[in-house]
Amino acid sequence: MTLADMETLVYARPASLTEMPTHYCPGCTHGVAHRLIAEVIDEMNLRERTIGVASVGCSVFAYNYFDFDWVQAPHGRAPAMATGIKRVLPDRLVITYQGDGDMASIGMGEVVHAAARGENITVFFINNANYGMTGGQMAPTTLPGQKTTTSPHGRDVETQGYPVRAAELISTLEGASYVVRRSLHDPKNIRLAKKAIRLALETQVRGLGFSMVELLSICPTNWGMTPVQSLKWLEEHMIPYFPLGDYKVHPAVAEIKV
Amino acid sequence: MARELWKGNIAIAEAAVRAGLEAYFGYPITPQTELLEYLSMRMPELGRVFVQAESELGAINMVYGAACTGVRVMTSSSSPGISLMMEGLSYIAGTEVPVVLVDVMRGGPGLGNIAPAQGDYNQIVHGGGHGDYRPIVLAPSNIQEAIDLTMLAFDLAEAYRAIAVVLLDGSLGQMMEPAEMPPLRPLKSTYPDWAVRGAIGRERRVLSSIYLDPPLEEEANLRILRRWQQVEANEVRYKGYYLEDARFVVVGFGTAGRVALSAVRAARAEGIRVGLLRPITVSPFPSRVLRELADQVEGFLVVEMNTGQMLEDVLRAVEGRAPVEFFARLGGVMPLPEEVLDEIKRMASTPLSVDGHPRERWLQRMLQPA
Repeated sequence: MTLADMETLVYARPASLTEMPTHYCPGCTHGVAHRLIAEVIDEMNLRERTIGVASVGCSVFAYNYFDFDWVQAPHGRAPAMATGIKRVLPDRLVITYQGDGDMASIGMGEVVHAAARGENITVFFINNANYGMTGGQMAPTTLPGQKTTTSPHGRDVETQGYPVRAAELISTLEGASYVVRRSLHDPKNIRLAKKAIRLALETQVRGLGFSMVELLSICPTNWGMTPVQSLKWLEEHMIPYFPLGDYKVHPAVAEIKV
Repeated sequence: MARELWKGNIAIAEAAVRAGLEAYFGYPITPQTELLEYLSMRMPELGRVFVQAESELGAINMVYGAACTGVRVMTSSSSPGISLMMEGLSYIAGTEVPVVLVDVMRGGPGLGNIAPAQGDYNQIVHGGGHGDYRPIVLAPSNIQEAIDLTMLAFDLAEAYRAIAVVLLDGSLGQMMEPAEMPPLRPLKSTYPDWAVRGAIGRERRVLSSIYLDPPLEEEANLRILRRWQQVEANEVRYKGYYLEDARFVVVGFGTAGRVALSAVRAARAEGIRVGLLRPITVSPFPSRVLRELADQVEGFLVVEMNTGQMLEDVLRAVEGRAPVEFFARLGGVMPLPEEVLDEIKRMASTPLSVDGHPRERWLQRMLQPA
């Protein structure tokens, strides 16, 4: 028996991810989110039936990293594009992957109405409290007092308004069946995030309506912190403003056992 | 098949259905709303997709998504709504997916009014969206043509992986005429090799308008341009009336061309040898035939329902080889055949000037009525 025969594979790249190294900054949680989504799609055996809709922002190149079909939406319009695809191909799994500027600012109209229509798609919403791709500007999710390149003295709510709590907002819509917020700042929460991703995709597969998983994420480069400091900052500052939890779980979704 | 009375907007909607329209996404706006209303009944009845979007932004991006699956898709709107769609149209052009768009033009700019106008010519023909692309633009002047050109739009969009626009004004959208509807074509059962429909048993596909590496974007721009050269070579369409012995040629598209035809017939009755050239494809523009006519005629009269947007394309084609005059009504006011006839008579009876710009001369005439 050779050494190779005795080896047991305990960890591998999911089939739904390509071999391409990502362009994400060191410590960024996009990689974690990508992997969780890929693992769940593998586990559900849906890779060949999945169509992703990439957005504009750091995740603009998501289609390079997932090994299934993708289209690339204009800024904020991913839920509308996903609607077009899903209506034509209702038996495919259609997901969008959007940042906070994309979904909660320029794309608010599209996501709200996709949810209101009960569009049978799944939105993965990455909330890292700033515009990452363009270099750390104020986002609709930037916390009060948080410094960004367009709120250099800290977000002043008197002139720059308050952060948008997207999961809470979307959860008020009848067509939304599964809307939750999770965080990617530690292993326990990452496991919980994966469960939520599974439940969101199950919601879609069973035709139960709109699903969204908001994932609190870090942006060490633009926050000007190390990854470890960033994870701590997320836990200490973001979670109090963006509480983790289930904001909408339709009774039919609550019955799903996975 | 028998001729039936069809209202323009509804005729276009039904023609699209017969052409194999699989998914329609739209938003209410006068004067095209009947198109949306009709399809809200017709598409579900056939088991096809109809979605009333939250906005024109939503509609065009739903169209974009659906077009990426390789099926026949369409949206329709009117001028202000078309402005909102320009972002999506640019992305659709950059992704090279076929889409049919119907623009039932109204008075503008801004909210304008809901009366017929042709002020979207530049926005549609010379591209309102950012970047380097040209749409195929078909301009009907009656309901039968609206039906036929809608059918054609789907074929051309697919053949050239381009945006095909049916460009008409509110009067054509609203009027009823007898027309013959073609038979229902079967839906597509095969899809192009670029269509994103899930990577079942094949390599994954990505449809995108992003080329971050400039040389790759240059290559994409050239690919789109070469395809456009094919469109220019193969798809120019126009209709000529009484051109054989014409001393003067009126040029007008859509409703302006139709009004001009009445004027041309009236002038012929009075013995003036005048013809009409009515571009059917305003993009690609019938420049060659205009250039040929320029060497044969004493002058052109361009009639539009805008301040002379197509006029610039006519001037470019004529290259100063013949005098060009201009006449227009604006803001939703329709030109009358009598007004165009007066212009024809004036051209036939007074020496034609080539000084200055035809638009300037038209404005001067308006200020100093004869």
